[in-house]
Amino acid sequence: MYTHRLLPNLYRDSVSLMQLSASLGRLPGVEQAAAVMATPANLDLLRAAGLMGAALAASPNDLLVAVRGKSSASLEAALAAALAALDKPPERPAGGGAAAPPPRSLQMGLAQAPRANLALISVPGEYAAAEALKALRLGLNVMLFSDNVSLSDESSLKKYARERGLLVMGPDCGTAIVDGVPLGFANAVRRGAIGVVGASGTGMQQVTSLVHRRGGGISQAIGTGGRDLHREVGGITMLQGLERLARDPDTRVIVLISKPPAPEVAKAVLGAARRAGKPVVVNFVGAAHGAAEGKLCFARTLEEAAAAAVALSKGRKPGRAALGAAKRPAIKFKAGQRYIRGLYSGGTFCYEACALLGDAWSNAPVDASRKMKDVWKSREHTVIDLGDDVFTRGRPHPMIDHRLRNERLLAEAADPEVAVILFDVVLGYGAHPDPAAEMLPALAAAKRKNRSIAFVASVCGTDEDPQGLERQESALRAAGVLLAESNARAVMLASALIKNI
Amino acid sequence: MNSLFGQPLSVLNVGLASFADAIEKHGGAATRLDWAPPAAGERKACDALAALVGHPGVDAANAQAVERYLAAQPKLAGIGAAREAVPGLGERMILHAGPPIEWQRMCGPMRGAIVGAILYEGWADDAARAQAMAESGDIVFEPCHHHAAVGPMAGILSPSMPVWMVENATQGNRAFSTLNEGLGKVLRFGANSPEVIARLRWMEKTLAPTLRSGLENLKDLELKPLMAQALHMGDEVHNRNAAASSLLIKRLVPALLKSAAPPADVAAAIEFIAGNDHFFLNISMAACKSMLDAAHGVAGSSMVSVMARNGVEFGIRLSGLGERWFTAPAPVVDGLYFPNYSMKDAAPDLGDSAITETAGVGGFAMAAAPAIVKFVGGAAQDALANTLAMTHITLRRNGAFTLPALDFAGTPAGIDARRVVDTGILPVINTGIAHKEPGVGQIGAGVTRAPLACFTKAIVALEASWRKTA
Repeated sequence: MYTHRLLPNLYRDSVSLMQLSASLGRLPGVEQAAAVMATPANLDLLRAAGLMGAALAASPNDLLVAVRGKSSASLEAALAAALAALDKPPERPAGGGAAAPPPRSLQMGLAQAPRANLALISVPGEYAAAEALKALRLGLNVMLFSDNVSLSDESSLKKYARERGLLVMGPDCGTAIVDGVPLGFANAVRRGAIGVVGASGTGMQQVTSLVHRRGGGISQAIGTGGRDLHREVGGITMLQGLERLARDPDTRVIVLISKPPAPEVAKAVLGAARRAGKPVVVNFVGAAHGAAEGKLCFARTLEEAAAAAVALSKGRKPGRAALGAAKRPAIKFKAGQRYIRGLYSGGTFCYEACALLGDAWSNAPVDASRKMKDVWKSREHTVIDLGDDVFTRGRPHPMIDHRLRNERLLAEAADPEVAVILFDVVLGYGAHPDPAAEMLPALAAAKRKNRSIAFVASVCGTDEDPQGLERQESALRAAGVLLAESNARAVMLASALIKNI
Repeated sequence: MNSLFGQPLSVLNVGLASFADAIEKHGGAATRLDWAPPAAGERKACDALAALVGHPGVDAANAQAVERYLAAQPKLAGIGAAREAVPGLGERMILHAGPPIEWQRMCGPMRGAIVGAILYEGWADDAARAQAMAESGDIVFEPCHHHAAVGPMAGILSPSMPVWMVENATQGNRAFSTLNEGLGKVLRFGANSPEVIARLRWMEKTLAPTLRSGLENLKDLELKPLMAQALHMGDEVHNRNAAASSLLIKRLVPALLKSAAPPADVAAAIEFIAGNDHFFLNISMAACKSMLDAAHGVAGSSMVSVMARNGVEFGIRLSGLGERWFTAPAPVVDGLYFPNYSMKDAAPDLGDSAITETAGVGGFAMAAAPAIVKFVGGAAQDALANTLAMTHITLRRNGAFTLPALDFAGTPAGIDARRVVDTGILPVINTGIAHKEPGVGQIGAGVTRAPLACFTKAIVALEASWRKTA
């Protein structure tokens, strides 16, 4: 039996048609095949070869594919193969050719990496929402590292994503860990059973690195961006993240981290947490915490959240860390030295310090009445978030560039009322490659100005971070810095130092 | 739909490059985007674009538009007189290239050509009177594109001129263009001396009737296969038409010899055509116009259906935005100039011939034409790179036009204005360069790019039209 397909006004040169004929002839069940331009001479040839019957209304501009074989199925398959070959020629330039140019748009990127499942967007804020919307439209999940995206854009992006089963982490999402891969500013931690959803970048870095230091591991860490739990957004990403972790077989314990949410959002999130069917540890940084119930428990600090999660993941009951018991090292302060000055690169560390100290002034206070009037002038106890927009305008974030903090550190040390300078050092991807080295000269200079000043710090990081936790800690210790394992402990140590002065 | 967990993490990294390094170090896949703000950073256009990328309605409209373009089957339907053939052409009307423009703003070559057309039509006796007539407003000037027509360079078309009639057998629409006059002192470059006018009259009185009687013996001259074959012979059917003109004359000669036309006229016609490697250009343009008119008018589509220049402005139209033009200043072409000429002598980009690029040939098929790669850097690889770059701003490949140098991949076709704005990759156009003074003629050739601003404006308008329908 034989059959044919006529493709009107389709031209191919004879060499490629001969190649096509040969490849069709090799298909199973095909005895003979020909792809030709339908000239009268070619039609005669095909008839002579027994590939077609008598009459065919065709013009020399038409392309004719004719096949002869055993079954109609194999002939149809051969015709389909011919159409596919004619329709989809190879894309590779002949003779090798240059490598494909880097993609200039998400759509181009997707053409190059068709299995991409996440767009990590760190473009200037005014373009960020547009890129995020495009990514969602193209079926990609989004991590929006960029900030300066409006609340209404955030809300509409997240609603759009939710309708399509996609996730928007951010805007202003500094960190995430997906399938063990660090995204943005993240610490290198081992994989494990603890899933984290957090509205705070440094809060998540603290929890994930402490989990690692205490022998636990992270399944997924999903950032939501700092405003996800605002009333206007309604915790969309946190609720989605919670649901995914609840379903994720690798996650046995869930940790939720946020600054205190709007009450109705807190209600929705805690309701979902109760329904997760897994232990959930909640730390609403700086908020009075509720009582444990069922599988839901509250942690007072980020450290406590990490400790509770590790305990639960190992099948133990979470204990209560004795936070107030920091031992007071013997330091002789001069008369008049009595205040703590906190210089933070991590916003959530600053916020946690505010909450634990209770009576400190800040540019980002827990209690609005303690807001500094002039962020450049400290008074009494003061803790400053140096990652605040007022400090980062026109210069890199203090986790990358330590100059502003070093200057401020010298200024604070020169103040005779200051007893303790409290700070954080954040390691991990995205952070400065050697923060201790950046700080040492400033610490030494401050000591020269004020020999009885105390430095108290915590290093947020792990032994697997590019900067090396051990190396950073030894360098700081050698410079006379009193180190605590967590920010909460550093704050309590600073408090202990000035007690009873 | 791509789920975040449960499949290997593959990240498109848009922005800080160092993030991609960390991802790869930990076993994820990262594709680094060479990102810059789209639309030259114009915020309103960026937002409009974001609303259209991946928009299912736009995607569906584009699929329909490009399908119509691909299905079109232009064939040569004959030669008519413009006043009878071209729809809406008034008795005192002259058509020109590019988007609409009034006499006062026209470039030198276009003014020169209009004066020539007035003399040719016999509406005035000398150039001064013709000029006064053009200035007076007695003559209506409209774009060729408003009348299903296209014209190279100044693109001047007046009622008495003979026109190629190309019919798209699939959708039934027709497109028109004048007959190519050859090189040297010609109307399309603004020349209007007596020899130019005499040649136009000869084309009307002798060439057109002779060809007409020949075409009677030549049924159904299908143009797509002819163009496809020319692409395999080193043409890109815009700036190089040597092969296509040869293929055409091969078809015409036997038909002419069999016709009843006087042998002397047949000889003159053959000699004229054989002496002009660009003879096919106008047919190529009309064929492209007929395919794109078929694609025009699909509501909501972002497919570009016209790119054209009038020597002052570059204009585009979208399939989904009806009769609207989106314009920007026409660029001066940075090309190769004939001896004694340079960029400062050049008129800004001119002519409807960018209809070929709009249809996916010309600059888009540069890979087919190694003979003209000297315009694009000199290496064959540069021509391939140009064609490949266009695949990132087009909707489909045209399987009817294949490129041997790219292993017979189809030409990139169906420009998507969204992709142009999103990538900043601008449509590449092969073009001749006219002297800015009328009548000097061609002074060079080269490659230019369609200006981004046309596409940015079109995207803003398309988004607004979608918002209105929503």
